[in-house]
Amino acid sequence: MSSAEASRAPFDPAVLFKAAFLAAVAIFVLVPLLATLLGGFKSLGELRVHPFGLPQHWEWQNYADILFSGRYWQLLRNSLIISTLTVTLTLITASMAAFTFAHIKFFGSSMLLSYLTLGLLFPAATAVLPLFIKVRDLGLLDTYFGVALPQVAFSLAMSVLLLRRFFRDIPHELLEAALVDGCSYIKFFRYVTLPLSRPILATVGTITFVNSWNAYLLPLVMLNTDALYPWPLGIMVYQGEYSSEWHLILAFITLTILPTIILFLLAQKHIVAGLTAGAVKG
Amino acid sequence: MSSPVGVAGEAAPLAAVRGPNWDSRFTVLILFLPPALLLFTLFVVLPIGEAAWYSGFNWNGFGRPTHWIGFGNYRFVLETRAFWLALRNNALIIAVSLAIQLPLALTLALMLADRFRGAVALRMLFFMPYILAEIATGLIFSFVYDGDYGLVASIWRTFGADPPHLLASTDTAMLAVLIVIVWKYFGFHMMLFIAALQSLDKTLVEAARIDGATRTQALRHVVIPLLYPTIRLSVFFAVVGSLQLFDLVMPLTRGGPADSSNTIVSFLYNNGISRMRVGYGSAIGVILFVICVTFAFTYKRWFMRDE
Repeated sequence: MSSAEASRAPFDPAVLFKAAFLAAVAIFVLVPLLATLLGGFKSLGELRVHPFGLPQHWEWQNYADILFSGRYWQLLRNSLIISTLTVTLTLITASMAAFTFAHIKFFGSSMLLSYLTLGLLFPAATAVLPLFIKVRDLGLLDTYFGVALPQVAFSLAMSVLLLRRFFRDIPHELLEAALVDGCSYIKFFRYVTLPLSRPILATVGTITFVNSWNAYLLPLVMLNTDALYPWPLGIMVYQGEYSSEWHLILAFITLTILPTIILFLLAQKHIVAGLTAGAVKG
Repeated sequence: MSSPVGVAGEAAPLAAVRGPNWDSRFTVLILFLPPALLLFTLFVVLPIGEAAWYSGFNWNGFGRPTHWIGFGNYRFVLETRAFWLALRNNALIIAVSLAIQLPLALTLALMLADRFRGAVALRMLFFMPYILAEIATGLIFSFVYDGDYGLVASIWRTFGADPPHLLASTDTAMLAVLIVIVWKYFGFHMMLFIAALQSLDKTLVEAARIDGATRTQALRHVVIPLLYPTIRLSVFFAVVGSLQLFDLVMPLTRGGPADSSNTIVSFLYNNGISRMRVGYGSAIGVILFVICVTFAFTYKRWFMRDE
């Protein structure tokens, strides 16, 4: 494209149309986000008159009040604990299962694998009431694990599929040579498979993290105590309290989506690869 | 656990098949598989089975279910007008995904698949709404639509008109939700198409061009047909996504006003979960499960046979 551009006449209507179209979509995406970020710097009165554009007086107070309140950090901490638990447990259980499916032939292996992939067919919402009762009966209601364990269970299907595909592509000769030298399967898993699989582990970990970080329904059903709320629940409570003080709510939204955006900029390769490649196998 | 017999493919004598590593294989089998299977069975499979069981009871979740009412809950669900409204809204979401979101995503993918300055940045920008939490997205747009402070209201006022409260009217609430859905998800579908376009065999397009096809002809008769598998996949995700849509609706409208913007899951939440009507809610869950599974199997059978 770039080489063709130079030779093309400057007034090619197709190029012009393309540029205009892309600009229109970019504005459509950007305006709500920018208005949210800037809205947090305005006073309520200014917001009402000028929701667009830069603030006339930068009200740093809105952001500062939230950043210096314990509330914001507590929400982030809770989210981080739940997401970390979910990611760690998913990576451990899914990689062990995927390793077994990839390298060990046993009676019923393909049947068990199809059993696990059933999890791709329906959303967690379908059985959320029985799930609630199950978690209650296990005594896990209102705990981090009560949210994390079901999240792990629901992310297993996709994770096992992605990991198994990667593990199978590790040259079989490697495994055979290791076994001949007296290495056990478990040591092979620990010292060869896992180190070689860092990219896919990062991808699976990132998708699981993003899903868990953004989750709303499961924490909403499983948690009752404000002190345990992850940020999506906390921000809904905050919005309920400050119902129409939009300048504060916008500042709060900006601060809570900031970690996601930073993570996205840092790990965009893994996120895009994971979210689309995970899809392709679906 | 099923007995882990060392059936290693060839019909060799058992002892030889077991070989020196049989112990180590066996250990892996009994250590590595159970955690995943246990979690999956406990939190995914059993609850679905229990949903079917609970759906036969009138039960508030305390004690044990005793009041058996057979298919009563299913009858109540199917007789609720709001359920059919929710179903209609899900169909509407799918229709908008197919008619607006998919063509938009495809067009953008065709524009951004080539490398030129800014293409990667634009791709990332368009993909970004997809990774934002649905709750945050919903809140951002409830500001955008707000009748007093919002962006839409401000545009209205510059034309001297009275700003509408889009989310508070049964006529416009669903429309407003649909716009947010397109905003949030088109970038994901665009990325699917870009990934497909980049792995496309470019010699086919070149061959068509050499044979005298115009750009448009090459696009219509070569590129688009090669993208059919991805288009089918994108449709699949649009439908599945619509069937589980919930988080986005809650901050925008909570399914209201007057149930006009419920999806199946928000209907399930408002009528089953938030009132702890376990039997009724389970019945909705089972109906949703049947819809999902039926759709997945039929779709795979009819449209994705070759993949």
